[in-house]
Amino acid sequence: MSNIKIRAKSSNGVTTVKSLMSHEMETGLRKDKKTGEPIPAHFIQEVTAKWKDQVVMTALWSGGVSKNPYLSFKFNGGEAGDTIEITWVDNKGESETGTSEIS
Amino acid sequence: MIDAKRRVLLKGSLGAGAVGVAVSAGLLTPSTILAAWPEAAFKATDSSAALKDLLGSDATETSDKVTIKAPDIAENGAVVPVTVESDVEGAKSISIIASGNGTPLIASFELGDTAVPFVSTRIKMAKTSDVVAVVQTDAGLLSAAKPVKVTIGGCGG
Repeated sequence: MSNIKIRAKSSNGVTTVKSLMSHEMETGLRKDKKTGEPIPAHFIQEVTAKWKDQVVMTALWSGGVSKNPYLSFKFNGGEAGDTIEITWVDNKGESETGTSEIS
Repeated sequence: MIDAKRRVLLKGSLGAGAVGVAVSAGLLTPSTILAAWPEAAFKATDSSAALKDLLGSDATETSDKVTIKAPDIAENGAVVPVTVESDVEGAKSISIIASGNGTPLIASFELGDTAVPFVSTRIKMAKTSDVVAVVQTDAGLLSAAKPVKVTIGGCGG
């Protein structure tokens, strides 16, 4: 089960991909209001986007990207039915992959 | 004198070599998992240091070939939509910087061969400041900035 939502659309030879990931994106700078303890950093560091096994884009992120990150990008090529795969890896080494087909 | 400096340099590079070997052998973790993640650049506390670490230079040139879209006023600094687009040939990467943040470098997008220089995402901003987009090309770094006013509380702008 993946919680990466991907929507990809191709028009005039350019594919536009919109994706939504579910992640808390903690910077590590915030403090728990009750205990005053710092909340440990937990954020996505790297997002890889592939079109038919070819890397289209690699995103390197800090905790400065908003919670439940939204990411949109475009690439030349792509036809209806082609597979788009997005994988993220966070600073704890956890990772998740989502796939979708271009519509 | 010159000779002494040479010795120092050799010593230094030998030391660095040993560390490199240790890393590649998997002795130093967990940085080996994400070797490509530019930690120093993301931890830099000013924009120019972050750019130097990330792209090797902070010599950016303002260009109308780079377009950055962000709201004039952001009511919630935790979610500021930013879109960067460029029509420059051979763009290699796009970086987004929130100049007023404690660690200004937000994200860097490495573009593959087929990628169109376009990214859209949502970022966190600590206070009112410029959001800067830097596009890396073979000819140098092109940039564009957009001031965003971050309002706190319910008073609005």
